[in-house]
Amino acid sequence: MKSFLQSEVFIVAFVFLAYFAGRQIQKRTKLILLNPILIAVIIIIVFLSAFKIDYKAFHEGSKLIEFFLKPAVVALGVPLYQQLEKIKKQAIPILVSQLVGCVVGIISVVLIAKAMGAPKEIIYSLAPKSVTTPIAIEVSKTINGIPPLTASVVIVVGIFGAIFGYTIMKWTRVKNPVAQGLSMGTAAHAVGTSRSMEISPKFGAMSSIGLIVNGIFTAILTPYILELINIWFPL
Amino acid sequence: MQVIFRLILPLQTQFDLIISIDLTPMIRQCVIIFGCLAIGEFIASVTGIKLPASIIGMLLLTLLLKVGWVKVGWVKGISDFLVKNLPLFFVPPGVAIMLYLDVIKANFWSIVVASVVSTVLVLSLTGWTHQWLRKSSYFSGKTNDQTTA
Repeated sequence: MKSFLQSEVFIVAFVFLAYFAGRQIQKRTKLILLNPILIAVIIIIVFLSAFKIDYKAFHEGSKLIEFFLKPAVVALGVPLYQQLEKIKKQAIPILVSQLVGCVVGIISVVLIAKAMGAPKEIIYSLAPKSVTTPIAIEVSKTINGIPPLTASVVIVVGIFGAIFGYTIMKWTRVKNPVAQGLSMGTAAHAVGTSRSMEISPKFGAMSSIGLIVNGIFTAILTPYILELINIWFPL
Repeated sequence: MQVIFRLILPLQTQFDLIISIDLTPMIRQCVIIFGCLAIGEFIASVTGIKLPASIIGMLLLTLLLKVGWVKVGWVKGISDFLVKNLPLFFVPPGVAIMLYLDVIKANFWSIVVASVVSTVLVLSLTGWTHQWLRKSSYFSGKTNDQTTA
């Protein structure tokens, strides 16, 4: 029985099942807090510990699914291409605000974590926390962070941003709807984008621009920003 | 006999159509997506650039679409499938968190405070910058871009 539970085929099927369950639960409840990924991850972890299946065996199967993360990031080129015209129309406001968001996001999370005494590998894992999970995981790998930690922080940040983002922007007086949509995508990636999509497709489109542009900036700049921070505040 | 033929023939042509219409583009889609990824991997390994291969592949795909060497229709099917189901692919790395629970426990508050404060800053500063640049008409382009909202 255990060898069946550890077989690649079963594990692949189980990951699909857990994700499907997560999506169904969110569809029924419509609660942002019940994020499908979060639910799927919890179901799988509970299952693995209940049947005492070790992580290595699980990984043998799950890496077959994880592999598709890379082509999926490549596929993001299609929505990017479709948004190019919109980005061009207000190139400077979008690109500059994204650059500000990207730099502020990395520097602030790194310095606060450093000030609170977090070790180096945790700080590195937090650096790409604002961008969409697939990009964040890839960035975390290149800067020697802990990709699984990055993935979970990214998801939790996304949920936090999606729930409180619009309230926070009300307090801090980000009033322009275009700016609001854009900021949601920049700070809370795909989860924030789907929240914006609920408000209106226009907000959603702006959020997805923020998500992709900040993703690219973060992928390009994170290693260099970390190097610069290292000069003044050795991590 | 003829009745049987009439029943079978359309089926056969349908089957041919499915093969000729559906399958070849599917392979072409895979060639384009994985080709971009492979070239990205190649560029990353040759130049030693600190950019994930998949991001290079994404930018390459956007470029190919922009110059028109690749048509959106050629990659639409597979890219829709991959993008729509993105969350599925990071369930496995999410599960790996079980290996790091003690690390997280030890640094719980620094992770939470840093992430929350930083997210509030990103939301506000991105929004302010965008609002401010849109207001100064010099930057906001020729058209009144209220319509592009």
